[in-house]
Amino acid sequence: MGSLKLQINGLQVLARPGATVFQAAEEAGIAIPHLCHHPLLSDIGACRLCLVEVKNARTLLASCVTPVQDGMVVETESPRVVRARRTVISLLLANHPEDCLTCQKAGECELQRYAYQYGVERTTYPGERKDYPPDDSNPFFIRDHRKCILCGRCIRMCAERQGRSAVDFAFRGFATRVTTAFDVPLEESPCLFCGNCAAVCPVGALMPRAFVGKGRAWEQTRVRTICPYCGVGCSLYLHVRDNRFIGASPAPGPANEGLLCVKGRFGLDFLSSPDRLTQPLLRKDGGLVPASWEEALEAAARGLKEARDRHGPQAVGVLSSAKCTNEENYLIQKLARAALGTNNVDHCARLCHASTLAGLMMAFGSAAMTNPIADIDRSQALLVIGSNAVEAHPVIGARIGRAHRRGAALLVADPRRVELALCADIHLQHRPGTDVALLNGLAHVLVEEGLYDAAFVEGRTEGFAELARVLEAYPPRRVEEITGVPAELLVRAARVYGTRRPGAIFFAMGITQHTTGTDNVLAIANLAMLAGNLGCDGGGVNPLRGQNNVQGACDAGALPAYLPGYQRVDDPEARGRFERAWGVRLPAEPGLTVVEMMEAARRGELKAMYIVGENPMLSDPDLGHVEEALKRLDFLAVQDIFLTETAKLADVVLPAASFAEREGTFTSTERRIQLLRRALQPPGRSRPDLEIVLELASRLGQGWQYRGPAAVMEEMAGLMPTYGGVSHGRLGEDGLVWPCPSPDHPGTPVLHRERFPRGRGRLIPVEYRRPAEVPDAQYPMVLTTGRILYHYHTGSMSRRSHGLSAHRPEARVEIHPEDAARLKVEDGDWVEVSTRRGRVRVRAEVTDRTARGVLFLPFHFAEAAANLLTNPALDPVARIPEFKVCAARVARAAQAEGGEGRAR
Amino acid sequence: MRGEPVEDSGKLGALLDRYRGQPGALIPLLQDIQREMGYLPRPALEEAARALGLPAVKVYGVATFYAQFHLKPRGRHVCRVCLGTACHVRGGERILSRVSADLGIAPGDTTPDRAFTLERVACLGACGLSPAMMVDDQTFGRLTPDKASRLLRRFAREAPDGGGGGGRTAE
Repeated sequence: MGSLKLQINGLQVLARPGATVFQAAEEAGIAIPHLCHHPLLSDIGACRLCLVEVKNARTLLASCVTPVQDGMVVETESPRVVRARRTVISLLLANHPEDCLTCQKAGECELQRYAYQYGVERTTYPGERKDYPPDDSNPFFIRDHRKCILCGRCIRMCAERQGRSAVDFAFRGFATRVTTAFDVPLEESPCLFCGNCAAVCPVGALMPRAFVGKGRAWEQTRVRTICPYCGVGCSLYLHVRDNRFIGASPAPGPANEGLLCVKGRFGLDFLSSPDRLTQPLLRKDGGLVPASWEEALEAAARGLKEARDRHGPQAVGVLSSAKCTNEENYLIQKLARAALGTNNVDHCARLCHASTLAGLMMAFGSAAMTNPIADIDRSQALLVIGSNAVEAHPVIGARIGRAHRRGAALLVADPRRVELALCADIHLQHRPGTDVALLNGLAHVLVEEGLYDAAFVEGRTEGFAELARVLEAYPPRRVEEITGVPAELLVRAARVYGTRRPGAIFFAMGITQHTTGTDNVLAIANLAMLAGNLGCDGGGVNPLRGQNNVQGACDAGALPAYLPGYQRVDDPEARGRFERAWGVRLPAEPGLTVVEMMEAARRGELKAMYIVGENPMLSDPDLGHVEEALKRLDFLAVQDIFLTETAKLADVVLPAASFAEREGTFTSTERRIQLLRRALQPPGRSRPDLEIVLELASRLGQGWQYRGPAAVMEEMAGLMPTYGGVSHGRLGEDGLVWPCPSPDHPGTPVLHRERFPRGRGRLIPVEYRRPAEVPDAQYPMVLTTGRILYHYHTGSMSRRSHGLSAHRPEARVEIHPEDAARLKVEDGDWVEVSTRRGRVRVRAEVTDRTARGVLFLPFHFAEAAANLLTNPALDPVARIPEFKVCAARVARAAQAEGGEGRAR
Repeated sequence: MRGEPVEDSGKLGALLDRYRGQPGALIPLLQDIQREMGYLPRPALEEAARALGLPAVKVYGVATFYAQFHLKPRGRHVCRVCLGTACHVRGGERILSRVSADLGIAPGDTTPDRAFTLERVACLGACGLSPAMMVDDQTFGRLTPDKASRLLRRFAREAPDGGGGGGRTAE
């Protein structure tokens, strides 16, 4: 690709063909004023502020839409250009309030900046001004039409990046304004309140409420860090003034390219919730009372020590947290193993991706997304199965949507008509729990029609013959019987995935949270290997991780069978390495998983627990039993930022610092290790988890010396080959993607290029098995559970966010219109959903998003806790519970008189 | 306008089928719908968006941009009173206020019985006949307020032409 020579402001500039004059100037360090142009968006050349003078051109040209030509001579600030710009600014000001003195945007307003730059004090075109009332119908941001300069950035953001098209220009001439279809409030439009429109608004027309009146840009400090919600690993800025959190805005991180979702953008005000724990609590006479750190730490250490000394190390259990940093997770598992002598350490990954870990370890020898998020842009086919990405991983969901609009084929397999299914080329709406049959069916077609990658199968994998034999039993007709997916549709989908390469598979809890979770994952690995979609750009097997640091918590060894870096505890060689480094003997038997710990506690075998940043009282299946288990413990210490349902049962509560108040690293779903930066002081006497764990360790007789998280990472790098080259100093703004074995290694965004960690990829045939509980006469429907966009996990953060909880205050159970009609249930009615384990009262949402016979209940709401209902039946390999399928029934409940639904 | 049923959805379906999957055909489709239904009801616009594969807001944007499209029901007769230069000079304003008073509506509105829609226009190109007005596709000139009133009464007596709307827009 050659380059073109042009002259800008007398400078010789080289530009690539196809570049615009604007880009060429920018690369040469010449800034051209602009309002409608934005690097994330297409160019429309509408604002006329980027006009430049091009020699021999008839008129001034809009540089953002003028391609460079060889020999062009450009002036960006000639007198003629400056005159034109002044006119443009003056015209904009003719219809813009002169309220900079009180405008929230002052200081970062682009119109204000250019008015200053070109000395336009006021408009020279006085006249009528628009005066529409602002749209302040939603709790997140305000649209003030009077300030809008009609640059269209918000419109393009919504259409091009988010794929929502909630707003566009409407009306004509002077009356033109940006609004929704039929001019309804945003709340009634397809808007998902990602707020990315507000992030690109050059003026004060779109303003997050949280910022209004809290000081202007120059009074705030902006700290770049990582979002604490899902696993995408979005970079964001925390805006802080006088140690008070104001709000968040997107930062241009590698995962999110300057985009956020509603939770990251508007859901962080839990940081300043009055519910934050600010002092240690001790149980005295049945109640929790404030205590000193000394008392609390002593009590915690004593409780754990007593249980260990009296009943042995197996009587102690530790739950680490996917909300804690890598360094904290490392120390927490070290505390369990080295200080308490038990492998009973686990965290909520057990409840989300244990089956991914088990399955992909067997198939590849490594369990994480094989390809980076950015590869979505390179895929020709995207198969999304059991992942409601638009709601659970919104920034990835938006990117998948964008890839589809770009031309990639989109196949969505989901029992619900989730957002992505609405725009997919093919939606395979299979019955819950029939994933193996569906995936085997797709693989069957690949083999049957010769669409598989024979060279890849031959050269990179083993076990094909046996797999092919098992797949014979999954012809489309039989798969249709099992899954309910029409055979023709299955064949079409298989042909798309088989022929449009590279193709990437994305999956999440819809695959993993089954008694067949490991089998489901293996079936996915088989399909991807058959298509040769591994080790290449734009391909891959991509499990989307739910918690911001669930990948890191696994990496760091907060798992009962693995030491840090996925080194098995029962491998003497690996164990020996850690024993030498830590100077202790380590237990050789794998410990108990989360669900097994609860079982052991209920049986009275587990006596004491230390739970960090987890809330099993809402997150675990069959809550009735969890409560019973936790109450049976002799001793329970809980460390959290809120008094969660679990912390309320504790003997000692240790108040922790939030993500915004500490340092360390998080590892996102794409294996990217990123730096967390401290923006605030912890409230009251709360302390970073790392400090608390170190205090506890020293009271358990450990002489650990770490000068902060960076020193912990140093030790981790020495013991974890995949993190070998990682140090805080190297991470910068983009972080590093593991495996990164040495300090000069650039990281490995795409895995398995030459070989799999286990050598050849292993094709492991799996047979369809029914879910543990299927509908019967007594419980005739299927209940499935999951997330909604506006809330997160057990709600301890999102429900303490003003905007999120105002927008979605309560749970709704989704029920298909036909089922609703049969049961005489109308939208908004109170119903009772019951299973063999419990029942909840909740309002119904009648919608065909869910299939006939299938109920969907989000699990965020304590007052309608989905996990009172779910089945604790476990996957035999990964020990993950079957959250996604159980038999249930639903009936109209007495309609409350302004009352509220309480669980049970 | 919200929630108003789509009148005669069979005919609408046929119109949609003609352009289904062709986002570029938005304007012809809107013209067809308006010809059929007299205006562009919200449900019809939503259906149009789905049929063409366009966001509803794009359809709304186009429908509100062009003066030829009407999002409110139109009367069976459209009465356009000219206030162009010539008509203005020769008392168009008096014609408009009489017509407005007779119909009991302001310019831009439609009578509750949907008999008439009243519009003020800049010039009908009939300056030689000023003051002038059009009712549907007929032009009437050299008006006095009384003449205008008589004309309205005449049109009001006429039977509505065809069932579902049918108010013709003379372009």
